[in-house]
Amino acid sequence: MAKNDVKVLGAWPSPYVMRPRIALNIKSVNYEFLEETFGSKSELLLQSNPVHKKIPVLIHGDKPICESMIIVEYIDEVWTSGPSILPSDPYDRAIQRFWAAYVDEKWFAAMRGLRSAQGEERKAFLDQVTEGLALLEEAFGKCSKGKAFFGGDRIGLLDIAFGSFLGWLKVTEKVNGVKLLDEAKTPGLVKWAERFCADAAVKSVMPETEKLLEFSKVLAAKMKGAPPPKN
Amino acid sequence: MADEVVLLDFWASMFGMRVRIALAEKGIKYEYKEQDVFNKGPQLLQTNPIHKKVPVLIHNGKPVCESLIIIQYIDEVWKDKSPLLPSDPYQRAHAKFWADFVDKKVYQVSKRVWTSTKGEEREAAKKDYFETFKILEGELGDKPYFGGETFGFVDLSLIPFYSWFYAIETFGEFNLEAECPKIIAWAKRCLHKEIVAKTLQDEKKVYELVGQLRKLQGLE
Repeated sequence: MAKNDVKVLGAWPSPYVMRPRIALNIKSVNYEFLEETFGSKSELLLQSNPVHKKIPVLIHGDKPICESMIIVEYIDEVWTSGPSILPSDPYDRAIQRFWAAYVDEKWFAAMRGLRSAQGEERKAFLDQVTEGLALLEEAFGKCSKGKAFFGGDRIGLLDIAFGSFLGWLKVTEKVNGVKLLDEAKTPGLVKWAERFCADAAVKSVMPETEKLLEFSKVLAAKMKGAPPPKN
Repeated sequence: MADEVVLLDFWASMFGMRVRIALAEKGIKYEYKEQDVFNKGPQLLQTNPIHKKVPVLIHNGKPVCESLIIIQYIDEVWKDKSPLLPSDPYQRAHAKFWADFVDKKVYQVSKRVWTSTKGEEREAAKKDYFETFKILEGELGDKPYFGGETFGFVDLSLIPFYSWFYAIETFGEFNLEAECPKIIAWAKRCLHKEIVAKTLQDEKKVYELVGQLRKLQGLE
């Protein structure tokens, strides 16, 4: 398949953008990565995702597909000759989808809250993040059934959903001076994280923590530059 | 071995109604267990400890949570009849996108209207509410259903909100048909489907419920 038949609109720091890229790598599909300029949205983005105006967007031929986890499932359904990303059993699929939604809607929301929170509020978000990781440690035990990944022997849907946040998790640890993934509390996840980041499908798209840390400072400065909210 | 299917649900839940429609479409026999969402029982808390919410589908003892995930599960297990999602991957992704839009937007904008206080807050909530439904009208276009010629995944995701329209219009003091006539026309078309007509709840009962919820939140 011609490389320019598959395009991903995105940006290197975004965990959401990583997801379709990992999925395409798993399927050995060549694609063109079109990077958005930080702080502005291209015509192509606005045209292909007019509803949310957000990255990532997968453009397959001339068809845009939006929302990172929907894109991952699409990739799994189209490129059937590569390894499967979703399990075949409907119940296992439901469990993976459930935890992927939890990571997005609850856990990462708390991680984002940490970014600008102070004092008591910060402690509350930190507690939520840690509690979430304890739940995910338990989920890992159940889903992996003793194997390397949530998806079993190979990276699957939930590995992609949660693993894409590992870069930002490391940045959060550094910025807040805390250990979130801990050998004592989340031993399964610690080892899983190492394996995930080392995987061939992930390595080339996972940003270096130092680079991400620098970017987070730029992002924080930009956020501070915004007018203060009305009290 | 016969399948044992249990649904933990609350009569007025739009999310629960989605699952009831899906089960009926597939002709699946199940036990409906009404939950007291103001005083949650042990089975609900045990089967959905993370969110503690309805609906929960329990299939042969194993719980599945989150309505759109439940519907996809139902479609995958009982795959031999009445498909709920299209078979083409692009059409599926498109349907999932719009069902996700309904989840992300419609519930929130609706809630903001019926929990708003009169004045600026309500006007802002209404503005977002109309905007959301206008976007949906844009997606519907001239098609009879969001799914095209037939009732599909997106239609299923959205139609239960129809039971809440009367309550929201009354508390919000507006007429949705005037603002978004295509949506009302679409809803009435869906109501011709017996399964939908039987599942959707009495709008006056929902109105009373919203009144109670408002009182509980100190809004009345």
